[in-house]
Amino acid sequence: MNKVKKITGMALFLPVFCMLLVMLVNVIYDAANGNFAFNFFTISVRNGILYGRLIDILNRGSEIAILAIGMTLVVSSSAGTDISVGSVMSLSASFCCMLLAGYGVASASTLAMPLFLGVLGGILMGCVCGAFNGFLVAYLNVQPMVATLILFSAARAIGLLLCNNVIVYVRNDSFGFFGSFLGPVPTPIVIAALCILVISLLLRYTALGLYIQSVGINKKASRIAGLNSEKIIFLCYIVCGLCAGIAGIVASSRITSADSNNIGLNFELDAILAVALGGNSLGGGKFRLAGSIIGAYTIQAITTTLYALGVSTEQAPVYKAIVVIIIVTIQAPPFKAFMKRMSDKRQLSKGGAAV
Amino acid sequence: MKKRFLSIMMCAVMTTALVTGCGNSSGGSTSNGGSSGGSTSSGGTSSGGSDTSGGGSSGDTIKIGFAQVGHESDWRTASTKSCQDVFSAENGYDLQFVDCDNDSAAQIEAIRGFIQQSVDYIIVDPIVSKGWDTVLTECEDANIPVIVIDRTIEDSDKYVSWVGSNFKTEGLAAGEWLKAYAEKKGIKEINALVIEGSTGASATLGRTDGFKEIADANGWKIVDSQSGDFTEAGGQEVMESYIKSYEGKFNVVICQNDNEAFGAMTAMKNAGIEYGVGKDVILVSFDACTAGLEKVMSGDINADFECNPLAAPDVEKVIKQLENGETPEKEVYMTEHWYVNEDILSSITVNGEEQPLTVVTQDIVDAQY
Repeated sequence: MNKVKKITGMALFLPVFCMLLVMLVNVIYDAANGNFAFNFFTISVRNGILYGRLIDILNRGSEIAILAIGMTLVVSSSAGTDISVGSVMSLSASFCCMLLAGYGVASASTLAMPLFLGVLGGILMGCVCGAFNGFLVAYLNVQPMVATLILFSAARAIGLLLCNNVIVYVRNDSFGFFGSFLGPVPTPIVIAALCILVISLLLRYTALGLYIQSVGINKKASRIAGLNSEKIIFLCYIVCGLCAGIAGIVASSRITSADSNNIGLNFELDAILAVALGGNSLGGGKFRLAGSIIGAYTIQAITTTLYALGVSTEQAPVYKAIVVIIIVTIQAPPFKAFMKRMSDKRQLSKGGAAV
Repeated sequence: MKKRFLSIMMCAVMTTALVTGCGNSSGGSTSNGGSSGGSTSSGGTSSGGSDTSGGGSSGDTIKIGFAQVGHESDWRTASTKSCQDVFSAENGYDLQFVDCDNDSAAQIEAIRGFIQQSVDYIIVDPIVSKGWDTVLTECEDANIPVIVIDRTIEDSDKYVSWVGSNFKTEGLAAGEWLKAYAEKKGIKEINALVIEGSTGASATLGRTDGFKEIADANGWKIVDSQSGDFTEAGGQEVMESYIKSYEGKFNVVICQNDNEAFGAMTAMKNAGIEYGVGKDVILVSFDACTAGLEKVMSGDINADFECNPLAAPDVEKVIKQLENGETPEKEVYMTEHWYVNEDILSSITVNGEEQPLTVVTQDIVDAQY
């Protein structure tokens, strides 16, 4: 009993539990259909690369996971969301492809400039967008949603301008690397893991994490305590833009083209959802990065599960919504309090009987 | 004080950004027009000459307003360019082009604008199919004929003619081709996976219906049918999932546009599944854009069914008919080509009508939009 309580009491228990619950649906489905029950969890090496549904979830969830890192910091520090990340992804991808293909070229198989310059350009573009958002929010005190609304609508359009209103194809294997495979492992997984590692090390071994939380909890008090609140918020937005830039490069490398209209479409919502599913408050303050990452993979697990179950695409959003509602409800404070009261009551009656 | 200065600076920067942005876009479009104008004048001086003489007899240039959906795909860009090329100043037209950026309210406003400018004809590619009766009545009152292209209008018939593709015929053609191809190759059983387009789009509905009709008639099995949203990333993700669910249980993959087909190809390549001409899986695609035809020529895609974006020549025919006082047909279907890789079938019968198959060559790829 004590052990169970210890596990359920752990900070990340609920997000992990929800993710496993989603995956459990597949076990039941496979078993009911007479397949091997753990089909969903089987990972094999095929054609020299890792192969399996779990790999798909990790692979396809990379962009959301990368975005969720930046989003968590932004939510925590400024108590608001950055709704421009999806559009910024698209802009970085377009800028990167424009640099690699050359302006006005619709399809290129040879690169117009070294690969790392193009990719760096794309990522820098993300940072610039982040800095723009950060400037508005931190120094001009514009509400985060309003400030990021500007790039939410403009960034995609700027991307289209850069690409001359067409889908720019960069049909070059070296550019495709970021969306294909590094040895047997899909590169997006490696990139996401690296991003998570760097940021979590930064948060753990410097006081930055603490600063961000304190600014998020009370901006004024933090300033009085000697923190440069504006600078910290500004920094968080730059990191968020950086993450969006990286995610954009990954997304465009997957399809070796800059599909400005579709890259990162609605991803800002998934990133915000990931933060919420991870048990983080959207009101700012305390945060758990790991929670957001798990949240991101949970979203992808839902999508992949719906594909695996063969749910028709028209109805898929409904199921997705139902699952999200359940997860959010389980994690809601009143529900938690209710569960605690129930267990206390049980405990009490048990104790009474024993005495 | 410092803050105020900063905010003023921000405003200034944003305004300049806006202005330069606009400058860029207009600069881009004029240079576009210039280059396309150059190509038409070099290619068709004689036709230009005859058109001006025709225009001279009727008095002055014909003023046309065109409310386009947006610029979301290569197909759309080709459609826009086709109109700009055909209704150019050299051909005796004055084209007012409005890009509505997928905003249906903006599109209706654009049409009201055309009425105020009293253009001679209005061309519209309706973003949504409903809610058109009021504005089309206004056009009728102003005595301006409206020609609808590509997408359809359901709740009003106050337009002269509709010019576009018959998506169901495209689906039927894909089915008929597959039937003939399977017979020729001795393939007995067909288990097809379909990657659909965006849910509810007329292209998705028509292509799905058409193919399903043939599949049902021949007892083929459609193993699964899910949406890839007409994007490469969507096609890739759906195909990845299909491979895991139905490995070895399918031999045909139908992608409802070329981008989805590119995605499906990547997914199959990663899983080590052989696709294309003479391989395990037959890959069929729709749209037939340049990049798609290149893949047909290289044998990665077995057959590609065209969705012709070049509506302008047919629209011009309708306008010519109206100018001459004739009544054009209410529905004008554009000619479309069915592209294949192998030269083993010469034609297929769609809707009881024999239609030719075109084997893709480099010349065809170069000529495609």
